[in-house]
Amino acid sequence: MQKYYGWGLPYNASVSGADVDTLIYVLHGFMILLFVGWLIFLIVALIKFRSRAGHQATYKANHFKAPTYIEVGVALFEAFLLIGFSFPIARHVRTMPPKGEALEVRVVAEQFAWNIHYPGPDGIFGKSDIKLMGPGNPLGLDRNDPAAKDDITVINQLHVPVNKPVIVHLSSKDVIHSFFLPVMRVKQDVIPGQEIPVWFQAKDAGNFEIACAQLCGLGHYRMRGFLIVEQPEQFAAWQAKYAPKVPASAPVSPAPVAKE
Amino acid sequence: MSDNAIRYISKPHPVTGVTNSKLGIWCFLASEVMFFGGLFSAYVLLRASAPSWPRGSDLLNVPLATLNTLVLITSSVTMVMAWASLALKDFSKYKRYMAATILLALVFLVVKSIEYAHKFEHHYFPATNTFYAIYFTLTGLHGLHVLGGVVVNTYFLFPGSALWKNDPEQFQGRIECAGLYWHFVDLVWIFLFPVLYLL
Amino acid sequence: MNEKHHSHDLPFWRKYIFSLDHKVIGIQYGVTGLLFLFFGFCLMMLMRWQLAYPGQPLPLLGNLFSERMMVGGIMLPEFYNQLGAMHGTIMVFLGVVPLAVGGFGNYLVPLQIGAPDMAFPKLNMMSYWVYFLGGVTMIASFFLPEGAAQSGWTSYPPLANIATSGQTVWLVGMVLLITSSLLGSINFIVTIVQLRADGLSFFRLPFFVWAQFVTSFLLLLAFPPLEAAGVLQLMDRLAGTSFFMPSGLVVAGNPLVVSGGGNPLLWQHLFWFLAHPEVYVLILPAMGIVAEIFATNTRKPIYGYKSMVCSVIFLGFMSFIVWAHHMFLTGMSAKMSAFFQITTMIISIPSVIVLTALALSLWGGSIRFNTPMLFAVAFLPMFGIGGLTGLPLGLAASDIHLHDTYYVIGHFHYVVAPGTIFALFAGVYHWYPKVTGRKMSEVLGKIHFFLSIVLINGIFMPMFILGLAGVSRRLYDQMQYAHAQPTQPLNVFISICAWLLGLAQIPFVINFFGSLIWGKKVERNPWQATTLEWAAPSPPPHGNFDTVPQVYRGPYEYSVPGLKHDFWPQNMAQEN
Repeated sequence: MQKYYGWGLPYNASVSGADVDTLIYVLHGFMILLFVGWLIFLIVALIKFRSRAGHQATYKANHFKAPTYIEVGVALFEAFLLIGFSFPIARHVRTMPPKGEALEVRVVAEQFAWNIHYPGPDGIFGKSDIKLMGPGNPLGLDRNDPAAKDDITVINQLHVPVNKPVIVHLSSKDVIHSFFLPVMRVKQDVIPGQEIPVWFQAKDAGNFEIACAQLCGLGHYRMRGFLIVEQPEQFAAWQAKYAPKVPASAPVSPAPVAKE
Repeated sequence: MSDNAIRYISKPHPVTGVTNSKLGIWCFLASEVMFFGGLFSAYVLLRASAPSWPRGSDLLNVPLATLNTLVLITSSVTMVMAWASLALKDFSKYKRYMAATILLALVFLVVKSIEYAHKFEHHYFPATNTFYAIYFTLTGLHGLHVLGGVVVNTYFLFPGSALWKNDPEQFQGRIECAGLYWHFVDLVWIFLFPVLYLL
Repeated sequence: MNEKHHSHDLPFWRKYIFSLDHKVIGIQYGVTGLLFLFFGFCLMMLMRWQLAYPGQPLPLLGNLFSERMMVGGIMLPEFYNQLGAMHGTIMVFLGVVPLAVGGFGNYLVPLQIGAPDMAFPKLNMMSYWVYFLGGVTMIASFFLPEGAAQSGWTSYPPLANIATSGQTVWLVGMVLLITSSLLGSINFIVTIVQLRADGLSFFRLPFFVWAQFVTSFLLLLAFPPLEAAGVLQLMDRLAGTSFFMPSGLVVAGNPLVVSGGGNPLLWQHLFWFLAHPEVYVLILPAMGIVAEIFATNTRKPIYGYKSMVCSVIFLGFMSFIVWAHHMFLTGMSAKMSAFFQITTMIISIPSVIVLTALALSLWGGSIRFNTPMLFAVAFLPMFGIGGLTGLPLGLAASDIHLHDTYYVIGHFHYVVAPGTIFALFAGVYHWYPKVTGRKMSEVLGKIHFFLSIVLINGIFMPMFILGLAGVSRRLYDQMQYAHAQPTQPLNVFISICAWLLGLAQIPFVINFFGSLIWGKKVERNPWQATTLEWAAPSPPPHGNFDTVPQVYRGPYEYSVPGLKHDFWPQNMAQEN
């Protein structure tokens, strides 16, 4: 896993993450330029106008034109950053891909785990009810709901296929968490009482990490999940393996795979 | 060097036209506006995001609250009269009007506690739902402000009124400030009443 | 002097403890603030052990802590979270603001405007004691069976709602601190508007007074909504209401018994509506101090005084409409985030103007490099880094990756620690002679400065690298995350710098107390400055001035051509 992470930005495994990275690099270039220029001015001023014998301060200040131009330049550049980068990226992040094209997943955060809920082949999430929640059913999924028969639930393991948009519907059972995929440049607060969608498209397969970025209690530091990006075949195989076995008591017959 | 004392305690500043305490009370009221503004915005946000919100008039006692509104408005009038009596140098009249103001404030609090008692009897508590939560919080905080006014006014009715003999101008200024505060408390209620009871 | 104002015949407790004199209250605020700063710093030094060497027992001190804080010297995550929450709260609300506003403001504003005292001395005393009570309440919460508040200084519900009793005490403490700030801010506004000396028009006020004036408005108008939020959270915790609790919460497998129907984001809006202006409450007095020290030690007028004043007023207004840039990741719409990004970019402009004006003030001066000036000069690049690194956080797109990482920690600490706190140190060195009648040692001061500037950058600069690598803040042990492991060596480096920075404060402590005894005695105006406080004796007596000052000119008339001296005090009728 170490090859993805180091001292700089983490590896970018997302199709659209490069935009965020570009913005971060441009910004830092700009910041360093301004700061160094300004520091040079400061040092020159401090040396040139140090108090010494025979040197006197001037009462009447020169009227400087340059700062005004720099100021306007900075303001214009900020406007450029807003219009050229931040607004389009923010809009891109908020615009979900069309429903049919994307894999949809629910992620329900709790202290201190990520519950992952796949709708299964039918593409419909089964109902869940807090009354049914228990150690064996952390999502409270109602298995009697026909839509829930083929749903897959796992903990802390988000398997997704490569090169396919994934919409993650985020919600929380208890407190505010923040769903952070460093390699996907995705971070979204998970607010209890709301369902907030967020999306990404992986360009590389690999074994990555889910982190919680918002203090959520004493176990915040170990609320770690895994993002496993796989080739479509492997993903299908994984889904088939985890597909729920038809419960003996349930009268409804066909295995979920039959619908495909 | 008595001119080295703090200035504009009883005489207004020639440029701003107010005494220190009057400017101070206006600042305080500005912060109070932000305080109740914050609470009102909480109310608006909660109500806007709620799937359903009860009508206040179905749950709360509108006649009693109307009575209370009248009581509070009358007390504002007596407060003005108390101040005006001082302006006319009629100290005994001031005492009567001030006493009336305090009395009316107490009537308001008694009526309010009857309302509360009714709610508690029927097991409506702040924890019942968000409507009752905001109702009890807003009216409770307003009630505390009324209580604060009673304490201040009682002080100015009894021990504080000794100042009248030494510095009538400053005393009148203080009553004016107490009055400004009292009108503000009244005004908050005039917002609270329709928002909670009628809408 | 008026008999009523005579201080000689007052008993000790009226003169030094429950004093009505703005100077005594200012010193009380200042010393209490410094003590709280030190206490908050100690909390941080403890946290730094766990961050550098996660899971290893703390040597020597480890056994002093009770079982619910450290087991066998190994810090518990609960205790780590308490330290984090209280470090933030103490530094902001009990350390920096009381020192900058309560301490410097109280002491200097009446002196700089030529007033005998604050407008409401009793209110002033009350403000200090309410603050003191709030501070005691906060500290006392560590001794609760379940410890202090542990939901961060931001106290986001629902986490804060379901937290242990320390949170309730935190809220009570906050209500006290807010009340104290409100009383103080009313007093400042009235004092500055009403009690200026004759001839001291608004545009002749020292920039420091302007900064305090705008700060007071921010405190006056931004704090009440947080007080309202605090009351609502207290109701949630004590009366069982659900202002911040949505329906259907399940905590640790058990459905929560509350009515629901609330909204956790309501808290964030109310909180940040205060807490963004609060940033300017922290920074404006610091800018004021730096401006004063620059003018005195460059021996020339401040460049662009009027545009600086206009900038801080504009800054004050704008600070009320940028709050939601702390909430870009709460799922707000693109339109709303666009609005707050624009306001955030706009607010950067006045800050840049003030900073530029201060830097240009050096040009053409005759700069004396004494200790206050060194700290004040260092403020510029340090605050500059803090401001610049705000840029990636203020743009919603780059904020996605950097939000809630160490980048944020680095950013605001650059603003507040080497920024504001350096300016406050500068202020201590600069006005110490006025307060005590003695100068602090230059040698110890310079040792203090050079060690501090190197070490503090050693602490905060690596945090940007941690942040870019995506390391989240408030992590008890970052080794749990693969993406955070490679940067762990930096944590060791940061911690060592932090502990050394603690040691580097020893010269300051020695200097601060030692100079009371050994410091060189000074006259009224040791720095040859122009503003009114230097016209009073050092230390100023009760009532401040021996003759009521009359003001003839602006605050920074240095090196006026054709005069014998290179400074022309505001109260000097003719050329001196």
